[in-house]
Amino acid sequence: MTSASRAGTKGVEVGGGAGANGTSGSGAGEGGGGGSAGGPAGVVLPPLPPLHAPPSLRRRVANATAWGLCALALALVIAPAVWVVGGVLARAIPHWHWSVLTTDGAQVSKTLPAGGLEGAILGTLVIMAGVTVLAGTVGILSGIHLAEHTKPKRGALMRGASEVLAGIPSIVLGYVGYLALVVGLHWGFSLGAALIVLSVLVVPYMARTTESALRQVPTSYREGAEALGMPSSYALRRIVLRSALPGIMTGILVSLAIAIGETAPLLYTANYNDALPGLALTHQGVPYLTYAVWTFYNLPSSASVELSYDAALLLIVLVLILIIVARVIVSLTQRNAETNTGR
Amino acid sequence: MSTDPGTPPPGFLLADGPPAGLGSSRRRFGLGERGLRGLAASAAVVPLIALAAVLGVLIYKALPAMRYNGLGFFTRLAWSEGNTYGGISHAGGVTHPVGATYGGLSLVLGTLMSSAIALVIAVPLSVGAALAIVEKLPTRLSRSLGFFLELLAGIPSVVFGLWGVITFGPILSRDVTPFIARVLPNVPVLSWFKGNVGAGEGLLTSGIVLAIMVVPIIAATTRDLLRQVPVLPKEGARALGMSDWEVTRRVSLRWVGAGIIGASVLGLARALGETMAVAMVSGAILGTIPTNIYATFTTIAATIVSQLDSALTDSTGLAVSTLAEAALVIMVITLLANIGARVLVRRVSTAGLPVGRGI
Repeated sequence: MTSASRAGTKGVEVGGGAGANGTSGSGAGEGGGGGSAGGPAGVVLPPLPPLHAPPSLRRRVANATAWGLCALALALVIAPAVWVVGGVLARAIPHWHWSVLTTDGAQVSKTLPAGGLEGAILGTLVIMAGVTVLAGTVGILSGIHLAEHTKPKRGALMRGASEVLAGIPSIVLGYVGYLALVVGLHWGFSLGAALIVLSVLVVPYMARTTESALRQVPTSYREGAEALGMPSSYALRRIVLRSALPGIMTGILVSLAIAIGETAPLLYTANYNDALPGLALTHQGVPYLTYAVWTFYNLPSSASVELSYDAALLLIVLVLILIIVARVIVSLTQRNAETNTGR
Repeated sequence: MSTDPGTPPPGFLLADGPPAGLGSSRRRFGLGERGLRGLAASAAVVPLIALAAVLGVLIYKALPAMRYNGLGFFTRLAWSEGNTYGGISHAGGVTHPVGATYGGLSLVLGTLMSSAIALVIAVPLSVGAALAIVEKLPTRLSRSLGFFLELLAGIPSVVFGLWGVITFGPILSRDVTPFIARVLPNVPVLSWFKGNVGAGEGLLTSGIVLAIMVVPIIAATTRDLLRQVPVLPKEGARALGMSDWEVTRRVSLRWVGAGIIGASVLGLARALGETMAVAMVSGAILGTIPTNIYATFTTIAATIVSQLDSALTDSTGLAVSTLAEAALVIMVITLLANIGARVLVRRVSTAGLPVGRGI
């Protein structure tokens, strides 16, 4: 009886739904059928009709068209990216020589066509290391402060400043670096100026990722540490930072991907240098890969254009490695977190 | 598990007050602790200081140019450093080479036009792609597409520029645009697509390259917003007999409407400030107003890159100062766009916008 009466109410509901739908003629007929299906108890019920009438042809066409356009949009988003990466690979790989990695760039600007990218590669690596040290320190400390120490209102001010800073075009930061550091402080085109400008560029990102990684550490960890009588600094070091480490690492890696892809701020601060990069912080330009892309494609020799594509290939590979490692860290720790909560 | 901190749970013997080392540890900082806190606090104000320094340096350096160029900077076309080999004179307290005139009109117009083209292309594509990713694709596929968007955002802009200037621009101007220019009727608006199609460097190429670069920002932000639309209103709409698309259009899109505008403005800010790709595919022509969509042009950001070498030949420093003024202009424009975007997105989502350059 209970099941029959439930079926009955269902039938009434279906009828109501179809009536509300009301646009097509078939709706009323199906509603009637639904009502009669909920009849006497003990009768084997016919399968319930669909919850609503099939939409009119016009609406079905609109539906299919809209989703078709969305699929087209998705394809148009994917295609150019594949074209860009594929185009660079197709130009760079047929001419690829491993000697590009070990030949310095000294001859490139003097006697065309010759030379390699050793200087630019080393310079990019030096810049990566410097940004990791400088921006990593400042960004992580700043994230710790924002997540652990500060009051909400003051934190909002600092976070706002960070967001605004992240919105400034990189060329503006580079030009300010040029005016203030290269000319103003007489550093000349130099590694120091480049590192400061690039760090200002990525510190907002590092602070943001560190802060959100720290906020995702479960409160119970902190409470547990406090219950054991740990001083909060000790708890922060041994418990909280350790469990936020994957998130912080991811932030650093993605920041590095941003930093090595920048050209505009480096043109004005690191400039370029034909020689291998030194570690002097001032008065010595630094070579880097994006400069090679930006300059060599315009030089009147096919070898230098090839070198430009080689540099583009190396940049794509570097960025790819950084982003993939970041992804792997995230997915590994997520899996760990899931198994932990499972127990 | 007691919710009232004042009454200790039974079996917990407390003579008077919490035991030493529990409650009090919060206030008892060691030297290292205080040092770390101080360091962290000073690191946290670095963005604030950097922001103030950037503004201060730019305004200080741009002052002579602002005094010399005046408001005419925004209405003049000509850009000339004047006679830099001599003939220095003074006007209004500013030392300048004879005949120096700086007009930023073509730069501002070029910046706005290329970014507008980029948005017209990128916004529908991004929203459509985000809808397909969120509503139709299986989770695993949409996750790998998310990775793809991240990678797309990570490709350096010089690589886009290289592709635009060597691969895409020439193909566009050889195989596509001559046909468009020939076929379209000569009526208002569409006449913009007629005329000389150029050699592949210009507004249209830059707009398309910029669109490819801002798609990841707009699409990823829209996708995250769409994921926050609650399920119940959608199920309700479906129960009323709406088709998939009607649910999406009437519930999801309306729910995140302001957020999509915010995401688009964020993409606009990125397009306005983009430098290297535009410097490579714009043709870098100063002082002209484009007459059709294929014309060469330049933007504020690209000019700062391309003009420094010649600006250094001006011994009075006016050219360098004018570039600082241009940098100030583009900074103010992008800051307004950024702040507007964040306000719009905050209204619909607590998540906020990604910080960083779109990754």
